[in-house]
Amino acid sequence: MATAVAHEAPATRSVLWSWITTTDHKRIGILYGVTAFAFFLLGGLEALVIRLQLARSENDLVSADMFNQLFTMHGTTMVFLAIMPLSAAFFNYIVPLQIGARDVAFPRLNAFSYWVFLFGGLILNSSFIAGPLFGAGSLSVAPNAGWFGYANLTSRAYSPGANIDFWVLGLQILGVASLAAGFNFIVTIVNLRAPGMRLMRLPVFTWMTLVTQFIVVTAFPVITIALVFLMFDRFFGTNFYSVSAGGDLLLWQHLFWLFGHPEVYILILPAMGIVSEVLPTFSRKPLFGYAVVVYSGLLIGVMGWGVWSHHMFSVGLGPIPDSVFAATTMLIAIPTGVKIFNWLATMWGGQLRFTTAMLFAVGFIAMFIIGGLSGVMHAAPPADLQQTDTYFVVGHIHYVLFGGAIQGIFAGIYYWWPKVTGRLMNERLGRVHFTLSFIGMNLAFFPMHFIGLLGMPRRVYTYGPELGLDTLNLVSTVGALLIGVSVLVFLVNAWRTRRHGDIAGNDPWGAATLEWTIPSPPPAYNFTVIPEVVSRLPRWSRTQMKAIPDVPPEPVHVPGGSYWPIVAAAGLAGMAVGALFHTLWVVLAAAAVLVVAIYAWAFEPFEV
Amino acid sequence: MTHAPAHAHATSTGLDNKKLAFWTFIGSECLLFGSLISTYLIYKGRSVRGPTPQEILNIPLTSVSTFDLLMSSLAMVLALAAVTRGDRLWARVWLGTTALLGALFLGFQAYEFTAFVHEGLTITTNLFGSTFFTLTGFHGGHVFVGVVWLLTLLVRSFQGKLGPDKTINVEIAGLYWHFVDVVWIVIFTVVYLIQ
Amino acid sequence: MSEPPAASGHGHPGTGTYLAVAAVLTIITVVEVGVFYVPAFKAVLVPTLLVLSTTKFALVVMFYMHLKSDHKLFTLVFSLPLMLALGVGIALLLLYGAFVRG
Repeated sequence: MATAVAHEAPATRSVLWSWITTTDHKRIGILYGVTAFAFFLLGGLEALVIRLQLARSENDLVSADMFNQLFTMHGTTMVFLAIMPLSAAFFNYIVPLQIGARDVAFPRLNAFSYWVFLFGGLILNSSFIAGPLFGAGSLSVAPNAGWFGYANLTSRAYSPGANIDFWVLGLQILGVASLAAGFNFIVTIVNLRAPGMRLMRLPVFTWMTLVTQFIVVTAFPVITIALVFLMFDRFFGTNFYSVSAGGDLLLWQHLFWLFGHPEVYILILPAMGIVSEVLPTFSRKPLFGYAVVVYSGLLIGVMGWGVWSHHMFSVGLGPIPDSVFAATTMLIAIPTGVKIFNWLATMWGGQLRFTTAMLFAVGFIAMFIIGGLSGVMHAAPPADLQQTDTYFVVGHIHYVLFGGAIQGIFAGIYYWWPKVTGRLMNERLGRVHFTLSFIGMNLAFFPMHFIGLLGMPRRVYTYGPELGLDTLNLVSTVGALLIGVSVLVFLVNAWRTRRHGDIAGNDPWGAATLEWTIPSPPPAYNFTVIPEVVSRLPRWSRTQMKAIPDVPPEPVHVPGGSYWPIVAAAGLAGMAVGALFHTLWVVLAAAAVLVVAIYAWAFEPFEV
Repeated sequence: MTHAPAHAHATSTGLDNKKLAFWTFIGSECLLFGSLISTYLIYKGRSVRGPTPQEILNIPLTSVSTFDLLMSSLAMVLALAAVTRGDRLWARVWLGTTALLGALFLGFQAYEFTAFVHEGLTITTNLFGSTFFTLTGFHGGHVFVGVVWLLTLLVRSFQGKLGPDKTINVEIAGLYWHFVDVVWIVIFTVVYLIQ
Repeated sequence: MSEPPAASGHGHPGTGTYLAVAAVLTIITVVEVGVFYVPAFKAVLVPTLLVLSTTKFALVVMFYMHLKSDHKLFTLVFSLPLMLALGVGIALLLLYGAFVRG
């Protein structure tokens, strides 16, 4: 079927080379997905060790120091190396298909984002075995001051080893990847839509992607600066977080949470977008209140900037700031609530089919409501004073991040798997995955609300038996293990489907949006001709758009690959490695590689 | 102003992809410099020891460098106009002038930084030193990148590769340059004039 | 809806305008420095300087960066993050006790 592709793609020397030089959004999406899932498994392993350590009081499975590294890396990995890039996998693969485009606006920049993410994740995790290189007494010098790295625990004085250097430099690298992707997708969604694909005809997933990217490009610069200050303090002796020089430790918290709160909307909006695609398809009913759902997403993106100090209710900001942020935090529950009602209304009166994707989407709604309720409880400063830094918060965040984001992502995986691979996943195994996961997550995270209110703090490697929390902690650990088993079931399903999955065809679900008009998997050029869109639900509306031919009427140009993105990414990563070892010449040499790569990239003939 | 190359793809808004991307980048940079400037302002007056801004900032010198940067923006728009109308000579003159004025600004900054160090203000001395050098250093770094960018365009011009079809590239370099100028306008006011 | 990337020139400013803007920018800078040095202005120094520098900012953005005559989308894409940065900056200053008497 690919015979009509123009012969401009260079002869690929090998399969590996073709992946290394790829600029195809579909391949980049797969790369993101596989890599992110691997990090998800790693983060999950870290969680399991944490839970095994906490399964009973006064346990000694791991040392306190290792425990600190485990919860730090678990959080950092899950946020930056799992959820964000899993969402990015979908941005990459699905958005161009949903808007009727052949690729993103800047394909090489897209590849660059992926390689930078990979290298950043590798650098960060290499800290687990880098101890000997830094003269540490242990094998592991993984970051150990929490995923939020509060000053001045992170200062050179209190964290003299390389651990926090890995954290700072790793995050800066990852930030570059996210920012580059942010600019790319904003331009793609605004400028590369097929004719007739007006903004208010965009699928909700694409809309949520657009809002997410705006949050990325505005929030990441703030954490960049926060990290620059920390890096300068640690490397050059500046005074940004130095109390003795008159500095304020809260400056870190303000800058971090100015980024950190919008970041949680970066984590959840894509999953909400996925749910907004899956629910209508398996209700055989258009999304209820499309415009309202879109506007709610926009509102969440904007209002998310006004709530950051609700992470700081216990630091003594004063009654006025506390009250203001309490009010804004409660207000932001409204657009989310609106979305939930719209999703429920979509299902109401629909022809429901509980495929695995649908199960996860409905599970998302249920679990996110619970997470949202505990969130609103946090919004009241007096209540939060008891809840903060206890397991209550851990319960809240895992309901929204696992019950919410991860379930949403799994819904997307089951939904779009046939489009990407051409084969359907096994529904029976999928139901087993969902059931085990659902039971597991509730066993794991619900007791945490009680554990927290009964007095167990966060981030402690052990607890005394006199707290009487052994049983609840054990239940939580069992739940975590169940989650692990459920993921294994998923992996078995994914593996089996390569040979045994049913062939999907263009549209196995009877869905409404453009990506289901083309073959599964799509050809390199996506659409034989760019479609002319005449409605919001191209495959469901009465007004049918012009049929897309099976074969391109004339050769379609598909850009060849380029190796400059990976070279540039390597240069950037090299600079971080040089900095880690405090070796200037390495930093300069790597910078030179980066500069050469940028020039070569700019001047290489590359036609989109 | 932006004439797309003949083979460029149509876009949904009719606007050039690179130009849209670059304005988005500039929006992002507002948050970057906004965080730096906010930190400077938060820490103003909280240094536990001197030197203080009042003691050390050189207003006459910085006024000249500010004027220099403003004039470089003028040179930049004249360069863009020259490239647009295919005027190779004046494109090179104005691009070169912009780069020169930018380099001159960096020279002023280098002199200022060296003088401050001699007078006892380094990046580690106190809060003022840390915030001042980091903020103006980041800005200076941006100017440096801009000068390199301009020199690259100048070389391309001498290679005969900067015709009117490349206007968009010069326009985007211009956007970057003017933004860097505009950030300096804020810094000059907030750091130097409002002490 | 799709058009080839268009010439955005809805009347681009000519050299005359650019020179005029440059002249105004110079004059404002001179005034700023003057206000800084003249003791009589001490009381209104901050508001005056803010107004003057905002004017310079606006002139460069509108004329040299061409926002005034370009598509409104560029203005949107620039002003939203700008407003955000201003809002966040002011909020931080308030949280750190600025604009409070005594």
